[in-house]
Amino acid sequence: MNWLDILILVIQCFVIALAVTTAFAYLTLFERRLLARFQNRVGPNRAGPDGFLQPLADAVKLFFKEDIVPSAADRAVYLLAPAMAVIPAIIIWAVVPFGCLNINWDWRACFNDPYATTPLRNILQIAEIDVGVLYLLAVTSIGVYGITLAGWSSNNKYSMLGGIRSSAQLVSYELALGCAVLAVVMTYGTLSTHEIVVLQTSLWGIVPQFLGFVLFMIASTAEVVRAPFDLVEAEQELVGGYNTEYGSMKFALFFMTEYIKLIAVSAIAVTFFFGGWRFPGLQTLGTGVEALAGPIAASIAVGLASLGSFLLKLVAFLFLSVWIRASWPRLRYDRLMDLGWKWLLPLGLINIVYTAVVYVLLPNQQVAAFVLFGLSLITLAIAGSFSRVPKPVDNVTYVKDLPRSAGD
Amino acid sequence: MLGELIKGLRTTLGYIFRKPVTVQYPEVKRPVRERFRGRHELKRFADGKERCIGCSLCAAACPADAILVVPAENDPDNPRSHGERYAATYEINMLRCIFCGYCEDACPTNAIVLEHQYELSFYDRRASIYTKDMLLVPADKGHGEPPPILQQIQRRPSPPAQIDL
Repeated sequence: MNWLDILILVIQCFVIALAVTTAFAYLTLFERRLLARFQNRVGPNRAGPDGFLQPLADAVKLFFKEDIVPSAADRAVYLLAPAMAVIPAIIIWAVVPFGCLNINWDWRACFNDPYATTPLRNILQIAEIDVGVLYLLAVTSIGVYGITLAGWSSNNKYSMLGGIRSSAQLVSYELALGCAVLAVVMTYGTLSTHEIVVLQTSLWGIVPQFLGFVLFMIASTAEVVRAPFDLVEAEQELVGGYNTEYGSMKFALFFMTEYIKLIAVSAIAVTFFFGGWRFPGLQTLGTGVEALAGPIAASIAVGLASLGSFLLKLVAFLFLSVWIRASWPRLRYDRLMDLGWKWLLPLGLINIVYTAVVYVLLPNQQVAAFVLFGLSLITLAIAGSFSRVPKPVDNVTYVKDLPRSAGD
Repeated sequence: MLGELIKGLRTTLGYIFRKPVTVQYPEVKRPVRERFRGRHELKRFADGKERCIGCSLCAAACPADAILVVPAENDPDNPRSHGERYAATYEINMLRCIFCGYCEDACPTNAIVLEHQYELSFYDRRASIYTKDMLLVPADKGHGEPPPILQQIQRRPSPPAQIDL
């Protein structure tokens, strides 16, 4: 690895870290504007054209706030916790393939094409490591330390409760998330995120892994403590959750963690279930541009088109997340635990069994994918009919049904 | 359960296509109701004379004690109002005022009226005191004829009190 490679890597890291933090800033604006529209309001539209400078104004405001450390807090841990929360959220992005721009200038290498003349050197993914999926799971789990330590070190009972809630929630849903991801890994037989994208040639991952997708969406929403699983910051019960005692930029780091993780799990969902940066006709585009303007232009065209398609899918997922936040009420804590342990985990295990059995019995990938899709639908329908939520009327005893006492 | 969740999503999605109810306030102002009680105005008669005769009934009626009236005798050659006296000082403390409109009810000449101006903000407390020249409408904005009782007083100034013993 010569110095030029290292320089490129450093620049990549800088660009992606900055892009992710900017994406966070504009996700807050996106969410606020969209939530406002869902509630028949307009949302922040004063700072700059259409509120475009609102994130900047928020950031400036947060930077100038007084930085307070509670006297009873464990100072070192208290100051370290925001960094421990935000760093895992940012380094998740190392293995996410944003697109495929081969700087060895042969776009065919992106598709594992045997006719590719040069090896792949994708600058739209920082680290193409063999255990990318494992890395994703590991890094998303590390983030819980920051939250738990923040709750504990603040020396405040509400922070503590929020921290405990969040660690319990994250640990519970980690299992279901792991099961869903494991089924994806079994489907494609690789732990590399780039390979998973490349292998989703004709069918996106949502077809063979529909059940996995549903489980992944629920578990990842809980994992990033988004509505309707945002018990961790249930203001009505816990003041502010684990970050009660944090102010100014330290609070902003926690806020940033949550949103960056939200974008990250959406990106992972896109990568695993919606073909990542692929879209139908990408190869045709590559061939066409190569014939017209040569291989370098073709690589760049494929790179930008794949990046665009990835971002478009990402925005669709973020929209869904905001939509759900605007629509659904928060779960009760016992129901949350019920859902995680009694429904998602067994369904995840069943999904692994389905995947294993179907791929062993049916060698044809396409047929297996559709069989799995059918099985997923049937399983979800059965699970849905089992999980009838008791309605209030079921818990009512009418006076006329009460046993009559002797006095009447 | 799934049905309810989808119903929730559909409901909120419907709202995104509606026009927001927000009024873009400083640019767009929603008109107030006819009987809205905003900032006070001191009215004039059609001939430009002040309606206020300095009787201080508004100050007496005010439950928040927001009004200060200091009356003075009219100069007979150049009267400020119909009647004997006029308000030399008329001040309303907008921090105390509760906009109840009792002053309006108490006023015998309909001089004080709560109008539609509601943007009352100031940087210090001193600025919250609205003086007479701030409250008085311009001389050409008067309306109505003075009532006969005031015209009578104009002709026959200061009759001695007639008390039967």
